Amino acid sequence: MRIKHLFVFTGGLLFGFGLAYGGMSKQEIVLSFLQLKDLGLLLLLGASAFVTALVINLVPKVLKGPFLGGKFKKRRRTLNKRTIIGAVIFGVGWGLSGQCPGSAIASLGVGNIPVLIGIASMFLGAYIMGRIFA
Amino acid sequence: MGRNSVSNQMTTYTNYKYNPMKKYLFVHNILFWSMFPLGVFPYIVGGVLIGAGVGHIYITTGLHATQSSFFSTTLSYFSKRPYFQQKQYLDSRGWRLTFALGVIFGALIYTITLSPEGFFTTSVQWWRLALGGFLVGFGTRLSKGCTSGHGISGLGSLSTTSLYAVITFLAVGILTAMIVQALGVIP
Repeated sequence: MRIKHLFVFTGGLLFGFGLAYGGMSKQEIVLSFLQLKDLGLLLLLGASAFVTALVINLVPKVLKGPFLGGKFKKRRRTLNKRTIIGAVIFGVGWGLSGQCPGSAIASLGVGNIPVLIGIASMFLGAYIMGRIFA
Repeated sequence: MGRNSVSNQMTTYTNYKYNPMKKYLFVHNILFWSMFPLGVFPYIVGGVLIGAGVGHIYITTGLHATQSSFFSTTLSYFSKRPYFQQKQYLDSRGWRLTFALGVIFGALIYTITLSPEGFFTTSVQWWRLALGGFLVGFGTRLSKGCTSGHGISGLGSLSTTSLYAVITFLAVGILTAMIVQALGVIP
């Protein structure tokens, strides 16, 4: 169990390092992307999805299972109204503030203290969503 | 050596012919680079590192390392409501917390080692962070995914559901940012 956390932590290190390296932990850069002044974040999304696609789709054909045991599972989501309505609400919040969950969390490591307001609000939003639609 | 390079230059010069394709490529190049004023290198390297992190966790543990579920699973420590006490949240809340800590430390390591300008504080107004954050928390949990869940892991899994979600939040995000900018709210 502890070993699992070690691997998750090192993966998180890479994830956070990459987010900060790509500038996504700065809300100003996210906003300049959404205002179509700098399309670089599209490359970041494309590169990260491409590497992930290679691993998720090819590795299960080579290895029997994850190193720590168990089986490779597909991430399953079914399309319904909530998927799209939720994405619309998320899009409004993203365009208004330049924050998304991962970049806000990485922002703390960049010393971006005001984003604590954003993270507290994300917890509140997630809580209200759970209360209404549980 | 010196002579050779001079005569090489001369040959190139005398052989030069007007090529309309060159002009087209030049304009094309300017258009391309104007879309990437900070260059493409940091974005591609950052994206590859993010993908490497997600891939590393998948190969070693079989887990899909995504972000927005972190809010719901962490709330399970505080709320006794059945929605937050569902099994998949209780099972994953430990490693999701570890993952978030890893992300914070990864960004910190970048900031104190490679970052040219060091620590950074946003100039986005507090009310935008608060209201935007609320909508982000609510929307990503309703949609069951965010930029990392639908964007990286979802697209990486070749999920059409995630593709629709990504197109939706990209389009709405761009529209919202444009409207906010048009209303004179800066940055």
